[in-house]
Amino acid sequence: MAHVKNHDFHILNPSIWPFAGSVSAFVMLFGGVLWMHGVTSLMFFAGFVGVLYTMFAWWSETVAENKAGDHTPVVRIGLRYGFILFIMSEVMFFAAWFWSFFKHVIYPMETYAGTEYVAPNIHAVDAFHLPLINTLILLLSGCAVTWAHHALVHGNNRKDLINGLAIGIFLGAIFTVLQAYEYYHLLAHEEWQFGGDEFYSNFFMATGFHGMHVIIGTIFLTVCLIRAIKGHFTPEQHIGFEAAAWYWHFVDVVWLFLFFAVYLWGQP
Amino acid sequence: MADAAIHGHEHEDNRGFFTRWFMSTNHKDIGILYLITSAFVGLISVMFTVYMRMELQEPGVQYMCMEGARFFQSSAECTPNGHLWNVLITGHGILMMFFVVIPALFGGFGNYFMPLQIGAPDMAFPRMNNLSYWLYVAGTTLAVCSVLAPGGNDQLGSGVGWVLYPPLSVNEGGMSMDLAIFAVHVSGASSILGAINMITTFLNMRAPGMSLFKVPLFSWSIFVTSWLILLSLPVLAGAITMLLMDRNFGFTFFDPAGGGDPILYQHILWFFGHPEVYIIILPGFGIISHVIATFSRKPIFGYLPMVWAIIAIGVLGFVVWAHHMYTVGMSVEQQAYFMLATMVIAVPTGVKVFSWIATMWKGSIEFKTPMLWAFGFLFLFTVGGVTGIVLSQAAVDRYYHDTYYVVAHFHYVMSLGAVFAIFAGIYFYLPKMTGRMYSETFGKIHFWMMFIGANLTFFPQHFLGRQGMPRRYIDYPEAFAYWNQWSSFGAYLSFASFLLFFGIIAYALLRGAKVTEANPWNEYADTLEWTLPSPPPEHTFEILPKQEDWDNKHAH
Repeated sequence: MAHVKNHDFHILNPSIWPFAGSVSAFVMLFGGVLWMHGVTSLMFFAGFVGVLYTMFAWWSETVAENKAGDHTPVVRIGLRYGFILFIMSEVMFFAAWFWSFFKHVIYPMETYAGTEYVAPNIHAVDAFHLPLINTLILLLSGCAVTWAHHALVHGNNRKDLINGLAIGIFLGAIFTVLQAYEYYHLLAHEEWQFGGDEFYSNFFMATGFHGMHVIIGTIFLTVCLIRAIKGHFTPEQHIGFEAAAWYWHFVDVVWLFLFFAVYLWGQP
Repeated sequence: MADAAIHGHEHEDNRGFFTRWFMSTNHKDIGILYLITSAFVGLISVMFTVYMRMELQEPGVQYMCMEGARFFQSSAECTPNGHLWNVLITGHGILMMFFVVIPALFGGFGNYFMPLQIGAPDMAFPRMNNLSYWLYVAGTTLAVCSVLAPGGNDQLGSGVGWVLYPPLSVNEGGMSMDLAIFAVHVSGASSILGAINMITTFLNMRAPGMSLFKVPLFSWSIFVTSWLILLSLPVLAGAITMLLMDRNFGFTFFDPAGGGDPILYQHILWFFGHPEVYIIILPGFGIISHVIATFSRKPIFGYLPMVWAIIAIGVLGFVVWAHHMYTVGMSVEQQAYFMLATMVIAVPTGVKVFSWIATMWKGSIEFKTPMLWAFGFLFLFTVGGVTGIVLSQAAVDRYYHDTYYVVAHFHYVMSLGAVFAIFAGIYFYLPKMTGRMYSETFGKIHFWMMFIGANLTFFPQHFLGRQGMPRRYIDYPEAFAYWNQWSSFGAYLSFASFLLFFGIIAYALLRGAKVTEANPWNEYADTLEWTLPSPPPEHTFEILPKQEDWDNKHAH
């Protein structure tokens, strides 16, 4: 817009993406309801593709604006605030799942079997099997990302930046694979059910939402890797990468809580 | 006046209609969109209540029949349709909570005036701001779809109450309930994004020299509200996701048959639900402070305590949730804690009320329409607050729980508190937003109709509650007939006043006197938005305001 701007804040041009994204979200969720009621899954996927495309287009625009120099120091501070606040809201989302978990472990719903109260059967996974390995893998992945960050900030070492990111992404992917294997094993060989009684519900929803965040974080880091290879990011200016690293550490911390609470302490 | 203000006039506004209103990245346009949309959703929701009050006007069921909903008295056979009734109370609650009051106060006034008050050229994330708005529209659409979609009892819509308590909400058939859950998800996402935007704007974009404790009270109230939204809405998202899983995927979070606990849902819901009531009222507090200071021709009394009171209310709002659940079988110790914590909130709220009164003390008060609304707010919110203290007693609540006393209480704080604040804000800011003046006479008529109407509707409900009339019923015995009739008359009067309001706004926009000066009130409307032309140009503060534009000698 041909305006004279006398400040460092970012005044954006009109954009179609918020509208497009909201229409897509509506289509996706309405389609989701239809799908859950066995009508059709097509509408859901149509909306989902729309949402994904909107995210891609929107963030491409953001990257282009960054290249155009719109992200002045004060705008960068704002972006950091924004992302930290987003992570805080995510923390509160997990608070709901932990709330449900702790409630049911500390105060289980006993059933009255005529003469006495019977505690429910709490199912648990052996914490020192796959979960412990997964903990180490995820923490290592966090270390690799931090290494990449330091390589960028101290001395702009592009090679280590790319290597660190690649290792972080690889370990993140391994985590997802192992978690998927654990689910498969529990469902196929240990007769757990997706759904069904209480501890299954808590276990699958808490670890499942964490897993979803791992996948999102892995994609976020992958985008950063591609941008790093393309030569984006400078030691002073790398908000996208910084946000991805913060997100990844957030995912780490949630996992630590899951590991110590759901896996370790939750064992009967 | 600030040369920043005049600056925008050099540029002609040549955006097309679609670009301006659908692709907006302009906080003022988005604020206007929020206000208009919430007004129309409000109209839908108010029409629900008028129909409900028609039904309650006399004992027996006259209008909501299985044979078909009627709008006129008829002697034909009528089998009561309780499901329709339940759908209407659910729809009214969900629409008002999520799609009317928050969008109007937080989305509308917050978007328009918070950046102006702190001298920011726009919001921190203008594009995301528009996403908040359009997600709100998507959520509203889902909510309306929910009312019209196949639901429980082989009828349309869900009749589970706005709190969506299981097991009813888990067992309610059809798609309607799932649409309602997604509607709340989407509106939650919209509010969270809005909150992130507001907090960042507030922290990062204040005018040079404007330290935190020089920020006007309305902006402070939006800031604290944003924190409440940011920290409480995601928890609700978790709770309704559990509901969704229980409904559709055989999970048993809330089903005792599988080891689940329906009370857990109530706890998580109210952990959100109590901050929610402060999300609704805090921005109203902000608006009222400015209106009272302006029309008393005095600076607000006790600025610092006012700010700290907002913060204290925000913090305390998170630790009192279970006072909504005294009758679910909590231990006496828990009840005692929640009772005490709840009563503590009366302290900062009292600080605010007394500061408003002290602001008016020895002021030269001018009874313009916004001031009338603020006056009404003050009186009615205090009544609602006092009945709140009554209800906070766990022992007394044994008798009042789920009676019309509760209905009267929360409508006094919300329908009369928050809504009066919205109207005060609209009349106060209409000349600024549109450059047109409303009709003072009709504004006052609107106020008196609404004030009498709303009191007539809700005051008798205290009596009904004390007589023992329970909430959420389509019918009642003869004994409750007298006050129900008055209550219905009040509802019709309020509805008429709401229609008059649309007329007043339409007239003001088309024929209203042009407002040429930047500040049509007086020098005590001293925040930065009053230094701008009315209506403000597309881009404001392209040159950031200087400290002398806003930092005046009044104790601030």
